[in-house]
Amino acid sequence: MRKSWWKILSFVLLAYTIIGGFLLDVPRLHILNETIRNLYFHVCMWFGMMILFIISVVYSIKYLRTSNHRNDIFASEFAAIGSFFGILGYATGVIWANYTWLTDQNQSLGNVLKEPKLIGAAIALLIYGAYFVLRGSFTDIDKRARVSAVYNIFAFAMLFPSIWIIPRLVGSLHPGAPGSDSGNPALNFNDIDSRLRMIFYPAIIGWTLLGIWIATIKIRLQLLKDKTLINV
Amino acid sequence: MYKRIISLIFVTIFLLTAVTGFAQDKVEMADAMRSNGKIYVVVAVCVTLLIGLFIYVALVDKKISRFEKNKD
Repeated sequence: MRKSWWKILSFVLLAYTIIGGFLLDVPRLHILNETIRNLYFHVCMWFGMMILFIISVVYSIKYLRTSNHRNDIFASEFAAIGSFFGILGYATGVIWANYTWLTDQNQSLGNVLKEPKLIGAAIALLIYGAYFVLRGSFTDIDKRARVSAVYNIFAFAMLFPSIWIIPRLVGSLHPGAPGSDSGNPALNFNDIDSRLRMIFYPAIIGWTLLGIWIATIKIRLQLLKDKTLINV
Repeated sequence: MYKRIISLIFVTIFLLTAVTGFAQDKVEMADAMRSNGKIYVVVAVCVTLLIGLFIYVALVDKKISRFEKNKD
């Protein structure tokens, strides 16, 4: 194992997230009840995804500046783990929404399907899905790296309207949107409870570090593969 | 004037906390699970999963390190 202090930190933070997240006191909120603890898991997936995508786009820009093949591998693997976190965030959100929106708030399924946050997140993830389709469709390594680096910047730019801006403009059931009278304002990050924050921020760091660790493993594997290819 | 404003603020804060305190009492939480200690079972299961996951990732990491040493 290489440079392992932040890997241990990731474990410690995640162990703290689970132990503290289940045992410590949380604010008593209507509709959400005990499910507010999902904040330490579901929301952290999206934070982790965002951070991994930022790292990915930085390496794509680096590739375009230097044409160093290493940067392309870094960009693609960080985007892969980022998308994986996004899919996990989506899946956990589906479970959470099923209970808090459909069961407890008696929203119709039609209302939930119209939910701008869900549609936006789906669009963002599909755009990243197209990134991997695009990568796979090239046989020339240099062309693949260049075109997918440019596309990665576009995909990153599309994150902002699809998951940050539009769901905040139109009314949404999802917390954080203005005009959502049925959403729970306690999740608004301006007045998020300090008891939640105590676990929420370490949880974000822990999950993100785990994602980075897995990404570095995949990168090193890819570099090894390339090395053997060149040697043969 | 200032005193009046400050006292008004204090009264509002007091009222708000009283109202929210009243509202919080009615919210249903998994208090039974906490009082009989079953929550520790959930924590134990999740921590075991986490330990297993990290051991697995660490082993993969180690294996790749070994490959990297052999290749150079």
